[in-house]
Amino acid sequence: MAYSDKVIDHYEHPRNVGSLDKNDEGVGTGIVGAPACGDVMKLQIRVEGDVITDAKFKTYGCGSAIASSSLVTEWVKGMKVSDAMQIKNSQIAEELSLPPVKIHCSVLAEDAIKAAIADYQKKHGTSEATPSTPE
Amino acid sequence: MSIETPIYMDYAATCPVDERVVAVMLPFFTTHFGNSASRTHQFGWVAEEAVDKARSQVASLINANEKEITFTSGATEANNLAIKGVAEFLASKGNHIITCVTEHKAVIDTCKYLERHGCEVTWLGVDASGLIDLDELERAFRPETILVSIMAANNETGVVQELEKIGALCHARKVLFHTDAVQAYGKIPLDVDAMHIDLMSISAHKIYGPKGVGALYVRRRRPRVRIAPQIHGGGHERGNRSGTLAVPLIAGFGAAAEIAGQDMAADTERILGLREHMRERLTAEIPEAIVNGTLQHHLPGTLNISFAYVEGESLLMGLKGIAVSSGSACTSASLEPSYVLRAMGLNDELAHSSLRMTIGRYTTREEVDYVVDRIRENVERLRAMSPLWEMVQEGIDLASIEWTAH
Repeated sequence: MAYSDKVIDHYEHPRNVGSLDKNDEGVGTGIVGAPACGDVMKLQIRVEGDVITDAKFKTYGCGSAIASSSLVTEWVKGMKVSDAMQIKNSQIAEELSLPPVKIHCSVLAEDAIKAAIADYQKKHGTSEATPSTPE
Repeated sequence: MSIETPIYMDYAATCPVDERVVAVMLPFFTTHFGNSASRTHQFGWVAEEAVDKARSQVASLINANEKEITFTSGATEANNLAIKGVAEFLASKGNHIITCVTEHKAVIDTCKYLERHGCEVTWLGVDASGLIDLDELERAFRPETILVSIMAANNETGVVQELEKIGALCHARKVLFHTDAVQAYGKIPLDVDAMHIDLMSISAHKIYGPKGVGALYVRRRRPRVRIAPQIHGGGHERGNRSGTLAVPLIAGFGAAAEIAGQDMAADTERILGLREHMRERLTAEIPEAIVNGTLQHHLPGTLNISFAYVEGESLLMGLKGIAVSSGSACTSASLEPSYVLRAMGLNDELAHSSLRMTIGRYTTREEVDYVVDRIRENVERLRAMSPLWEMVQEGIDLASIEWTAH
């Protein structure tokens, strides 16, 4: 299968690979997917005030899954939490030119950022935004 | 290190045609272009002679008679002809077929088709080594059982079934035994008499012959096996398979079979040596690299390994310029990993993490070392970004986690 140049770029040079301390009060962690489905994403954000100041990811999955999570960490850095909540999988899929069989990778990345925000808000008792339930 | 890429390590998928085979084929495209069914002139006689020679070359590799070879377009057609042909011809005798869940799709889908048309099929499982349980086979026989179809060697794992024992069980019950020998033919010794094989599917392009031609071995004596043709027409191939014979392809098939027989011992020694070198390096240099399928009953050139906590497709993507195949079917809409590995009881992480390397006649030791180096680098890189690997390093049991299936 042919990958888009952007997918290949993120796969070969993934941005923000790594981990933040999940017990840190300022960190939100989202883990979505399942080994059975062939992809698991862990996405973490550090929040200061209402701004995401850092983001890290680790992904087990195909190149498109790695690229989707790498792209999302790039996007959310410096973003307001409320804006990050608005990221849609279709934007990710469009940016990476994902083919139809890989759309689920972008869905997973959207779920991952929402899950990370939800985790952060849970720590701070401000869980007005609930993460979308994975289909 | 200077090495030429791309490197081909997918000989179980197909092979280049051996130059010696090409040389045999060429005259039959131009000078000797006759129709082997033309009985009235020399053009036909020359073509017929070439087909007869090939028939004998293909037969002798499995200790068969040339009259027992029916040429087809390939092994998929041979599998269809064997299974549907027997089911139709023996419909009045019985409607029960025994096969296995790790068969090639050409057998599985043919049996499923027959299930929708009045046949009953018993699907045998396999154990962790990839082998069927002979006791389970024995218990599966019924009075109405007409056919057992068990592949000789598995295309994904290279595991070779115990053909002689399976054949003996069938023979004792007067049940026909068909084997899909696409991967095994020309790679390991096969003897239709010693193994009590009644029907065997063969393909040319897996033994350095051309694509588009294969054969079905149909036993003629003790017992005489009859099949209902699935393609009707001019009555070629003793009525088993109508259609003008592909003389150049058949001539090439025969030459490839003869070369496979001559070179089998030398090829096996060299290829097995490379396979073992590859296996030893991969398992020694990469932690949690697990070989799939028993090596006790195995083809020389196939190696299927799971690299735990690394997804197969992402690993393939990193192996640029290297042609291997993955057991992970993430590209398909189903997201299902290899059904063969799942049937062997592999957990999801391992089934999604497998690579199949197949070494062949033209593989070099330098290529093997190059591929091992690239696999090691990429597994290390991908594990560094794998949340599963991280969890396992932290001592978390992945099975204890409630995953959000999607």
